[in-house]
Amino acid sequence: MTAAMIDVDELCREVAKHRGEAIVIACQTARRAWHRASSRPELDVHFRGVMGKGSSLALGLALAVPDRQVIVLDGDGSLLMNLGSLASIADAAPGNLCLIALENGVYAGTGGQKVPGAGTVSFAGFARAAGFRAVASFDRPEELRQAIEPLLRATGPAFATVKTAPVPGGEEVQDELPSMQRCLVALRGYLSRADRPLGDDRKL
Amino acid sequence: MTAAPRHFVTPRALVEALVGNGVTHVPYLPDSEHAATYDLLKDHPSIRLVRIAREGEALAIAAGLVAGGKRPLPMIQNTGFFESGDSIRGFGLAKEALPMVIAIGYRGWVAEGEMRDTAAVYTEPILKAWGIPYRTIAADSDLYLLARAFEEAERTQRLNAVLLVEDEHYASTQGR
Repeated sequence: MTAAMIDVDELCREVAKHRGEAIVIACQTARRAWHRASSRPELDVHFRGVMGKGSSLALGLALAVPDRQVIVLDGDGSLLMNLGSLASIADAAPGNLCLIALENGVYAGTGGQKVPGAGTVSFAGFARAAGFRAVASFDRPEELRQAIEPLLRATGPAFATVKTAPVPGGEEVQDELPSMQRCLVALRGYLSRADRPLGDDRKL
Repeated sequence: MTAAPRHFVTPRALVEALVGNGVTHVPYLPDSEHAATYDLLKDHPSIRLVRIAREGEALAIAAGLVAGGKRPLPMIQNTGFFESGDSIRGFGLAKEALPMVIAIGYRGWVAEGEMRDTAAVYTEPILKAWGIPYRTIAADSDLYLLARAFEEAERTQRLNAVLLVEDEHYASTQGR
């Protein structure tokens, strides 16, 4: 029997539907699907490389803008490279951070090699043990559709692991998406305008 | 008789300099020589200490804080700076980057003579190789250089560094 899985595009569409004003950091495999799903590119960070530090970047953003949700779509391989960040996030305990780990069991960017512990490691177990306040696991589309909104609204740090199918052909080294650095510079500019208190214009 | 010069930064003066420079957050992995700084920051009224599990997280967290309008100063030791290589590259060396300053504990630094600790030997050559401007803060009287580092980071919209000299007397007792 084949294990149930969720299509990455479907996951991204569901998250996009309920994101509101959230900042979304889309890492590795999720980048292209997120780009297709998102209608708020000014709040998106396309993240690649840097050895799985998307979750750490999300922690910094969540602490900086506590009134705005920060969602990170991470990969299982990326999370394994920066597993200690689960403890750092839980220790800082930002209520506005939600980490969604796409668990496809492979390093999609390098050709689909199996990640260590694929199929045996419990990412939800790691998150729960680290001290995340809300933890969920999804492997069926109907579960995802039902539970994603409550998860995104939960007081964080929140965590979900989502069993996804590997993206065919992996991920190209170069693509048309803006770089992570360009996204961060643009996001900084956007937040400095959007999160300015009402009435500040008069002071300029 | 003149007292021998002290070649290290005292924790209280360092924290006062952080406050004076408007630092809001310190992503921090403590090292033995700067343990007292950790104690001063852990319950500080205006600076939030962000405990990290590994040094590579520090600059990533700082990048998020800067993107969100805050002024962090990640503090790690030079050994952790080596470990953080890909974070430094990814968040600090790109063509488009954020204005950030990183504080690096200068383990192994000596005021005079040859540095023997390889952590110290390779610190400045690596900063130079990566083109990261840096200033060495070897005593409390050098702490004004922190403001210079922040000014340069803002002006250039690039990563800047300060090297914080550690207590060489303490280090010498540790056999380094």
